[in-house]
Formats: sequence, structure tokens, C-alpha cells
Amino acid sequence: MKATTRFGVRSLTAAALPRTKAPYSIIQQRRYSTPPPSAKLNLPTDFSTTPLLAHSSQIALQNPELPQQIRNGTTKRMNLFQSINDALALALAEDESVLLFGEDVAFGGVFRCSMNLAENYGAERVFNTPLSEQGIIGFAIGAAAEGMKAVAEIQFADYVYPAFDQLVNEAAKFRYRDGSEGRHVGGLTVRMPCGGVGHGALYHSQSPESLFTHIPGLRVIMPRSPIQAKGLLLAAIASNDPCVFMEPKALYRAAVEQVPTAAYTLPLSKAEVLKEGKDLTIISYGHPLYTCSAAIAKAEKDLGISIELIDLRTVYPWDKETVFASVRKTGRCMVVHESMVNAGIGAEVAASIQEDKETFLRLEAPVLRVAGWSIHMPLMYERFNIPDVARVYDTIKNAVEY
Amino acid sequence: MNILRPGARFLRGQLVTTTRCSVLQTGSRRRASSLSQKPGAAGVRFPGAVDSKFTNSLSFEHPATYPAIPTYQAMGPDGDIIDSSFEAASEEIVLKMYENMVAVSIMDLIMFDAQRQGRLSFYMTSQGEEGTCVGSASALEKDDVIFSQYREAGVFMQRGYTFTDFMSQLFANNLDAGRGRNMPVHYGSAALKIHTISSPLATQIPQAAGAAYALKMQRLTNPNIPARVVACYFGEGAASEGDFHAALNIAATRSCPVIFICRNNGYAISTPTLEQYRGDGIASRGTGYGIDTIRVDGNDIFAVREVTKRARELALKDGGRPVLIEAMSYRISHHSTSDDSFAYRARVEVEDWKRRDNPITRLRKYLEKKGIWNEEKEKEARGRIRKECLKAFAEAEKEKKPPLRSMFEDMYEELTPDLKAQMTELRDIIKKYPDEYDVSEFEGGIDSLSK
Repeated sequence: MKATTRFGVRSLTAAALPRTKAPYSIIQQRRYSTPPPSAKLNLPTDFSTTPLLAHSSQIALQNPELPQQIRNGTTKRMNLFQSINDALALALAEDESVLLFGEDVAFGGVFRCSMNLAENYGAERVFNTPLSEQGIIGFAIGAAAEGMKAVAEIQFADYVYPAFDQLVNEAAKFRYRDGSEGRHVGGLTVRMPCGGVGHGALYHSQSPESLFTHIPGLRVIMPRSPIQAKGLLLAAIASNDPCVFMEPKALYRAAVEQVPTAAYTLPLSKAEVLKEGKDLTIISYGHPLYTCSAAIAKAEKDLGISIELIDLRTVYPWDKETVFASVRKTGRCMVVHESMVNAGIGAEVAASIQEDKETFLRLEAPVLRVAGWSIHMPLMYERFNIPDVARVYDTIKNAVEY
Repeated sequence: MNILRPGARFLRGQLVTTTRCSVLQTGSRRRASSLSQKPGAAGVRFPGAVDSKFTNSLSFEHPATYPAIPTYQAMGPDGDIIDSSFEAASEEIVLKMYENMVAVSIMDLIMFDAQRQGRLSFYMTSQGEEGTCVGSASALEKDDVIFSQYREAGVFMQRGYTFTDFMSQLFANNLDAGRGRNMPVHYGSAALKIHTISSPLATQIPQAAGAAYALKMQRLTNPNIPARVVACYFGEGAASEGDFHAALNIAATRSCPVIFICRNNGYAISTPTLEQYRGDGIASRGTGYGIDTIRVDGNDIFAVREVTKRARELALKDGGRPVLIEAMSYRISHHSTSDDSFAYRARVEVEDWKRRDNPITRLRKYLEKKGIWNEEKEKEARGRIRKECLKAFAEAEKEKKPPLRSMFEDMYEELTPDLKAQMTELRDIIKKYPDEYDVSEFEGGIDSLSK
């Protein structure tokens, strides 16, 4: 991954690193993503007020998906990287077979997700690998095949391609080809930061989830918040299927909420209805959910409608039943994701909706998609490429006015 | 968690000696790890090559100035022991190895012809490489884990894979452990601790490193587990893949108890080694990764066995380390049943290798000189093995195919709702168009597709 990567790592890391003394506003003054003063829709997400995050302990513990024991427990304010760090620490503490490795993981990771883990759990269990993605994943597959829970990190999702062969031809097919011998690499979890961060350009912005959703055998997961990241990551590590866990890096520091302190899991391949509505269903996952939430607030006010928002959480194998049930109710539907529109998650969701006889009959408008254009992420144009509030708002209008 | 403490010590050691150009390293760490050169010091303090000395004579290292790594032989081509320090194994073990090599060669002949008759879809023989596989496998312990490429029938045979196991896999029948999903020759056995073969070349090499690390960690946690190594086989062509590089490097940096066994047989399908690499084979690369390395005569089963035995000891020394063995041989057979090797190499060259040197005839000469083998025993053994093989062949061919539902199973731990729906969809289409599908050869017929 050569010089560009290392350079990129440095600049993105600087943004992602905790700065104890720097005021929070510095992060919001990104030169490339500042909205014009006239903007009414495309305003930066206010993570301190968004309804998608549990700002109080009480809200966090209301989550019906959490076991009663957790709901009677305590919470701690964490951002996304801290909740991932917390999940990894709990996994390492609970199970001696958990290993954590990748490039620059030992000192805490370029995004701080593995802070203090090598110190607390030993350099034999939390360690740096040579700079080779195919090596990291091949190594992880081998360790998982011999019964370890291998949590491998790919420094940026943009650099997973050298390991594509190992993931597609080996990890995904391992159980299938072993047949009745019964061996598998379910202990494998591959973590990777993904998504736009304002200035990541071609190789520090990608979200290649749909490439993995074409590969049966893998579970592909993307959390939207610290609570989810912890619960879904622990579920991925516990899962007996190989999991690709994609972490929206723009949320590492930005998304902060009260997170239950004990270990808990959230279900895989199960969508979550974030907000109920009756006129339109919006399906999304990861970072764009915040965009959707802002657009929904505005559209509901302007148009006098109510919109249902669904977080897929696991993009493959995904929860069709929850989506179909919602669309049968609302009759209108749109899918929002950051990665490019062509053959993206939206294509699969839209096709499945129209293919389901019962849901198709209830459709009152075409299934619409808001996604990245069919281009690579260009440095100077990111804010014109990523689905923003204006585009989501406009598509909501198109859907309900159809 | 008894492994935490030494681990933590290890980490501190690493942090002090490692330097990165990342801005994330604190200033004090960087200074500590890259002390500038003391005036007049002979040694170089560059963190990337700590033992290098300065020189004032400008000269490149030319590979040609280094002699080729020698090839270890214990037994000469006439079956004489030429390494005076070599101690042969017991008669019983040696005879078993001989029979296993013969068994592979007999099965190869039968199955190659069977493929030519259209009775199975594909086959790959291992003519000329029986010694490398049987010899190395004989030096491993039964709990050692094996990853292979596809030309290692001898390894399976030596470990106890039966003719029934081979035939079930080759015919993809109801007894096939792979449940009829893999091409022929993609064997695997959990009981024998050999991971199932996959077609993509070299992917198993970094996996072997990771598996070896797992074995090492498991023993650290529970010292009652016997010390185990991983053995990983691959050809010299596969060693050109990026995965080979990734594997040897990570195995060295993580001190994994793994034995990499390269079968250098001169060809990767049609590509001769001159077009595969320009260095001194695969062995010369090992030392570049900081790996103990040896080259051995693959036609000498004693040499291969001895080298593997020593490699196993080395691999387990001081907490573990990788070892590289390059076993030299010649691929006498075609690459596979889909290949006619006379399209790219002279028949006379092949015939010459077949006649001149061969792991089976070399060991036979040894056995005959020892007086423990003769023509009569040879005839008896060949007849018996051939009969056993043909019996398993006939039985396997008659066996039903696995149930159709096994095409949907094992994708995930559980069938997903999508897969259940697709299974029903397939059942319905077969029911609707019964003339278009023959399901009679599959165990349970169409019923296996019901939930």
C-alpha cells in the first residue's frame, strides 16, 4: 500500500486522534466540507442532539434488544472508537482464544480502536503484522481454522482488495468446501474503517460493502453508533460465520452516546426500525442514517407526512422481512447509501422489494435510490458526491409526490 | 490469562526496538529507537538493518557470485546410504513408506485412465513426487496440521487416508466428506488433520502461518497440549504468488512453528522454472525472510524424511519459528488430465527422468540391497494394492450422489431464510419440469429439498 497510504494514514489519523486540548469546533471547520452560509438543508450533523444517539443513560438502557441484566446496568459516554475499543477489550477478557492483529494495531491503532489492548492482554494476543493485507487475512483464516477467534484489522476498507482472494475464495467457502468434516472459519472477524471523512479522496473514503454482499458465506455488518458498534462487533466475534465489520470512520469521534458498560450483543441479520412512519420507508445503514434523519425531520415538517426509517445494520444476509413489512405498510420506499449507486445495496433492496409479490402490489411509487454517483471519491468534490440532506429531502418529495 | 504477563513484557521490548515513520510515535520513542551513529563506530545503527557494517568499497551483491544452495541426499540413486551419519528408520516404517508410494502410483495410473474413459471429471497424478510427500508426512506427528496444494496424495496416503476416502472424493459420492462440492483431488480430512484443498494457488501458505500461530497460542495457554507444527505444501510455481511472500514474512515476524515444503518439480503447467524465477530456486528466498532453509533431493525419500524430522525440531525450538524445505524433483506426469505436457516439453526428457531417477525405484534398490524386498514381494504387493484400489473404485462408482439439499447447506452455520426459499424454489421447478432434471442419482431424490 506504499507511500500514498502512509501519507494518508497520517493526515486522516490526525483528524481521528483524540485531542485533549483542541476545541471540538476545529473538527467542524474542515475546509472541504463547510456548507455555504445560505444552506438550510445541508447543515453539518449535530451529533449532540440527533435522535439516533442515546444522549442519556435512560434512553440507552430502554433498548428492548438488550437483555434485562444489561438494562439494569450502568452506561458510559463513549464515541464510536471507544465503544469498539471497549468491545475488543471485553472480547479479549472473556475468551482467551481471541486474537487482535493488523497494521499498527499494537500501539493503539491509527484510529485508536485498540488503545491499551496490547498492554492489557499481551503482545502475543494483540500485535502488529507486516504490511500485507493478503497476509493478514490469510493468517487470520488459518488461525480461525484452528479454533481461534481472529479479529483482523484492515487499516482502511480501501486497502482490502489485496485480501479479496482470501476473503472470497477462502474465508467465504471454507465451511462449504469442508462439507461434513465440519471445519470453518467462523472465528474470523475482519474490521475495516470505511466511508467518506471529508478529505479522504480515492483511497481513504471507500465503502466496498456491496462487493462483499455478492459473496455468500460472509456476513457484512455496518454499525451507525457506539451502542451498535459494541453490540454488533461482539456479535460478529461470537458468530460462527466469518464477518466483515465495516466501521464508518467519520463517526469514530463524532458519534457519542451512552453505552452500556457490560458485554452485550445485538442480533446480526436483523434490521432496526429507528422511527415509525406511515407514508414512506427510508432504508439505510451506517453514516447516511444521520443525513436521512435530518432530511426526514425537515420533510415531515414541510410536507406533513410521516416517514419510517430503517437501519439495515447487517447488509448481508439482510433482514428482508422487516423491510418488506414496512414497505407493505407505507407503499413507498427509498434506499440511501454512501457508496456508488451502481450494483450497490440499493439495487439489491429495490429488486427484492419489487420481486416480493405482496410488497410489489402495495407499491405506490418506484423504489428510489440516493447514493454516491458512479465515480470514484474525488478529493475536492466529496460533498457533491455523498448523499446529503438536500438530495435525500428531494428524493423524499419525489417519492411522495409521484 | 497466564500468558498476559510475558506478553506485556514482549510488547515493551518491541516498542523500543521498532521505529516507524509515523507521526503517531511519541518523540521520545523515536529518539530511543534511532540513535544516531557514534563517530568511528563500525556498526550501522539504522533500525532497518542493525547488524550491517559500513563499507567504503562500492559493490553490488551479484546472485551469480553465490554458489547455489546444495541439495541434501542421504541415499544415492543406486539405493546406497551416502550420509554416514544417517540412521534409517525401522524396516516396518520403511516398508510402509514404500508401499504407500507404490499405492499412490498405482492409484494414479488407474484414475488417470478412468478420467480418460470419462468416468470421472478430472484427475491429477503425482508421478515423480511420491517421495517428497510420503517421506515428509512420515516425519510428522499425527496431531500436526497439514495444508496442501493438490499434488500431495502421498501425504494423505501416509496419514491413513484410505482408498475409499480417495474414491469417494474423486467420484463426489454420498460418502464424500466434501459433499460433492469440490473438483476431484480436492481431498480433506478433519480426523487426519489435513485441511481441505482449494484450487486457488498459495492461499494456504499464509493460512498455514496463522494456523501455526494458533497451535502455538493454544500450547501457551494449556501446556498439556503436545507441541505441534503445521506443514504446508506448495509447488515452485505457487511460490510466485503474493501469498507466498506474505506468508513467509508473517510466519517469521510472528515466530510461527510452520514447515513450508516446496515441491520444486521444474514446471508450473507449461511454464519452466526459467520463466518462473531467476534466483536460486525457492530455497534462496528463505534466508531473505530470516527463515532456516534447506534444499533436499525429493527423489530420496530418506533425505526428505530426515530433513522434515529436523525441520520439525527446529520449528518447535525457542517458542517456534518457520522452516523452509525445497524438495527438488521432476514432474513426470502431465500437469493434469486437462493437459498434454508433450505440447511444451520433449517426450525424451520425460522418459529420461522416468528412467534415470525416481523415488520409488530408488527406495526399491535400497530395500533389495538390504535383502528385505524382491521381485516376488513386489509382484504380490502391486497385485494386492491394485485389487484394493479397484474394489474401492467400483464401490465408490456405485454409491449414490449426496442429497441435493447439500448444495444449499454449509454456506453459513444455519440455512438463511433466503437459502431456504431458494431450496423450495428449486424443488418446485424440478417438480414442474420433471423431464428436464434427473434427480435419481442423488440420495433421497427431490425430497431432500423439502424443509
